[in-house]
Parts: sequence; structure tokens; C-alpha cells
Amino acid sequence: MKKNLLTIALSTVLGAAALTGCGSTNTASIDEAEVAKAASPGSSVVYRTVDEIKESGTINIGVFSDKSPFGYVDENGNYAGYDVYFAERIGADLGVKINYVSTEAANRIEYLQTGKVDIILANFTVTEERAQEIDFALPYMNVALGVVSPSDAVLTSLEDVQAQDQIIVISGTTAETYLEKNYPDIKLQKYDAYAEAKTAFENGNAIAWANDNTEVIAFAIENEGFTVGIPSLGDADTIAPAVTKGNESLLNWLNDEIVAIGEENFFHADYEATLLDTYGADYENTLVVEGGKVQ
Amino acid sequence: MQSLGIDVLFKGTNMLRLLKGLWVSVEISLISVAISIVLGLIIGVLMTSKARLIRLILRIYLEIVRIMPQMVLLFIVYFGTTRVFGINISAELSAIIVFVFWGTAEMGDLVRGSIKSIPRIQYDSAYALGMNKFQVHFYIIFPQTIRRLLPLSINLVTRMIKTTSLVMMIGIVEVLKVSQQIIEANRKSSPNAAFGVFAVVFLLYFIVCWPVSRLANKLEKRWA
Repeated sequence: MKKNLLTIALSTVLGAAALTGCGSTNTASIDEAEVAKAASPGSSVVYRTVDEIKESGTINIGVFSDKSPFGYVDENGNYAGYDVYFAERIGADLGVKINYVSTEAANRIEYLQTGKVDIILANFTVTEERAQEIDFALPYMNVALGVVSPSDAVLTSLEDVQAQDQIIVISGTTAETYLEKNYPDIKLQKYDAYAEAKTAFENGNAIAWANDNTEVIAFAIENEGFTVGIPSLGDADTIAPAVTKGNESLLNWLNDEIVAIGEENFFHADYEATLLDTYGADYENTLVVEGGKVQ
Repeated sequence: MQSLGIDVLFKGTNMLRLLKGLWVSVEISLISVAISIVLGLIIGVLMTSKARLIRLILRIYLEIVRIMPQMVLLFIVYFGTTRVFGINISAELSAIIVFVFWGTAEMGDLVRGSIKSIPRIQYDSAYALGMNKFQVHFYIIFPQTIRRLLPLSINLVTRMIKTTSLVMMIGIVEVLKVSQQIIEANRKSSPNAAFGVFAVVFLLYFIVCWPVSRLANKLEKRWA
């Protein structure tokens, strides 16, 4: 009996020590982490208005860091690409510094819903499902789905997919949702990061890769031995910046900005600076949406 | 001969970025491992406690850690805490919390196993020599436990180092993410860069994990 009491007493003390030890380190670091953050604990508003962003002097923009030519990191460690070119302009017009956050396709919505970024500019395709979770601004690019496959076994129709065949998709992308909804029998091979999917496809892990058509066109142009068998699949979609649901202030500012810089053909300049090398001049008017007006 | 793509690492500051990424991985894992070992020893001892309730609670804790993928834990800590409590924990701290949560449970279980594996006769002999409870545990049981624990915990440590690659999902740019960025940024000029860059990343992980195994080997020999 005495032994038991001793064990309990000892373990309680140790347990408490462990907990408090853990707790105090946490709070210390949270305080540090929260310096740059405006969202106050307890309040339901997680986003920051334009004024709050301007006041803090920094805007957090979520971009891809491994999706050339839309969002990537160049050899000097600087972010670059079509999305980043636009992000730079947003930063300049707001008069704030930009803190780029490296996002993955699967965590873009989480980032906005928790207010950890102010804007997502990560090749974000507008869909109805997503629009229920977050708010999209005016579009700045067109996109549809495409399927690329090896040239010696080009897949031209999804009806030809055999039971044992697999198609690669990236988790959280439109391609995944579309195939799951419309072709539930096709086996999908899912990858979290773009680079992983690409490596797997090049290694022949699956018969085809479904992704945004810009992606598969560029992939087929760059890599010999691959052909885009299905260049346009599903509905034509648009790509737009996204903000936290309910952030009217930033949403309106972004919409005004997109219309305003459309006057000077900003996105055409963006295309010529970042996408021309990859897609060539032929696709410029097909891909670019200027001033938020889809033709 | 086709280039292996290692040359892309010498463009601009690529190599430096890769090493910085490696440091991010190493930093997160070292801090987590250090805290996990200390807490794991305590939890492990508690797991051998005679009190049912404590054992039950720790059992549930261990099972939660085993069942939950680390990725889910990362999302819960990083995004979940902000959603539910409005607390904003930095990505690095979230990673450390998750790795400590995981490491402590697994380490605790290893400690428990090691203590349980010490034969009853060791206790009996020690008591027969007239040692008191503290002396028995400190001079007889503890040293033998550590010896049995070492190979098992090294396995855990190297696993933790390698699992840090998951933290890219909460926006931390660590060595694997940097390698993907480098491969992608150069996918036009060096389409084969993946092989060379991943080979270098493999080497980097090896350089980090190998000394840990060597150290363990050395200690094992010395204590044998």
C-alpha cells in the first residue's frame, strides 16, 4: 500500500513537471510567433483587412515553390513565375513587403481558413466546392484539364482506360475531383507534391497523368516521348486569387486591382515575362484573362 | 555521357539553399529528439507503474500516436489549433510539438520494454546484497536498461530525422522541399536533374544519420 502511494505521488509530480515544462516552452514560442500576426485568439475573424495588412507592413501570400513557370524558386532563392509576378505587383501597389509562404495543392484552403496567409496565388482553379470554403477574386487565367501519356501508348479517351491501369493525379487538384466524380472506376495514383508526381510519371508508374492542361502541354513540350492525348477535358475553368471567406475588404481591393491593371495589359506582360518560354506565343490569348473578363 | 543533373546544384546559391534546408530538418529533429528522450524516459518509467489508471492513460496516448499518421498530427497542430482556439503556432514549433508528441510515446514504450526485459533475478540479487530501492534502480536496473535501449532508440532517432520531410506540408522549406524546388526550376535546362539532386539529398541524409549510428555502435561496444 505504501509503495503504491509513493508511485502515484512520484508519477503525479513527474507528470506535472513534464506538462508544465512542455507548456511553458510552448507559450514562450507562441508569443514570438504571434508578433507578425494580427488574428487575435478567441475572435472568430481570422483574416486581415487591407488596412490591417498595410499597417503591419507585410502581406502573407501563399504560392507554389515547385511549380515552374507559375510559382517556383529560382537559383538565387528568389520566388518567380506568373503568379509571383502578379504577387509582386500586389505588394508594390499596397506598399507592403511580401512574405511568401510555400504551399502545396492540398493545404491551400487550410491556409486561408486559418488566416495564416492573406492571399493564395498558387495556380488556384475556381470551382464551386472551393468557393463555398473561400472567396475567389476575378480570374487572371484560363484553364481546362488535360491528360498526357507516353507517345508509344497515347491515351486519347478516358473510355480506353483498362481496369488495371492507373492515372496519376496530385492530391487536392481539380483533376483529382473531376476524375473521382466522373470516372469513379479509374484507379488513381495520388501524390502530394508536384515534383513527386512528375518523377513517378517519368518512371512509368502509371499510364497517364491528368492535370491542368497548361501543365500537361508544357510537360509534353519539354519532355520528348510524351504526348497530350486529351488536351481539353471537363469544363473550361479559370484561375483566380483567393482570400479567406468573408474578407470583403481584401477581395474588393483585389478585384479593383485586377480591373485597373487590366487597362495596361498587365497580365499579357506577365505572360510574356514568365510563360512565353514554356507555352509559346500561340497560347497567349487562350490562357491570359485580362481585367477579370473571360472571353 | 548524359549529365546526372548534379550541375544544377552549382547554379547560383542552390547548394547553399540545400544545406540550409538540411539544417532546418536537422534542427527540428535534434530539438525534438532531445526533448523526446528526456520525456520518453519519464513516460517509460511511468508506463511500468503499478497504478492502473496511469498505465491506462499512457496506453491510450501510445495507441493514439501509433494510429495517427504524423501528417494528420501536423495538420491538427498547425491548422487545427488556429481553427479551434484561435492560437497561432508557428510552423516550426508545430513540427517540434508533433515530433515530441510522437517521439515521447515511442521512446516511452521502448523504455518500458527495456525495463520489463530485465529479469526478476536482478532485482532479487540486488536486494539480497542489501541495496535499498533507489540503489537497486540506479546501479543495477538503470544501466542495463540504457544498454538495451540504445539500439532501439537510435532506430527511432534516425526515423524521426527522415520523417521531417513531412513538414513541407505545413509550409516549412526543408531539404527535400528545396531539392524539389531546384529540380522544378531547372526542369527545362536539366530535365534529368531529379536523379542527381535526389542522390545528393540521399547523401545528405546519410551524412546526418550515419554518425548517429556510429555513436550508438561505439557506446554499445563500450558498455557491452
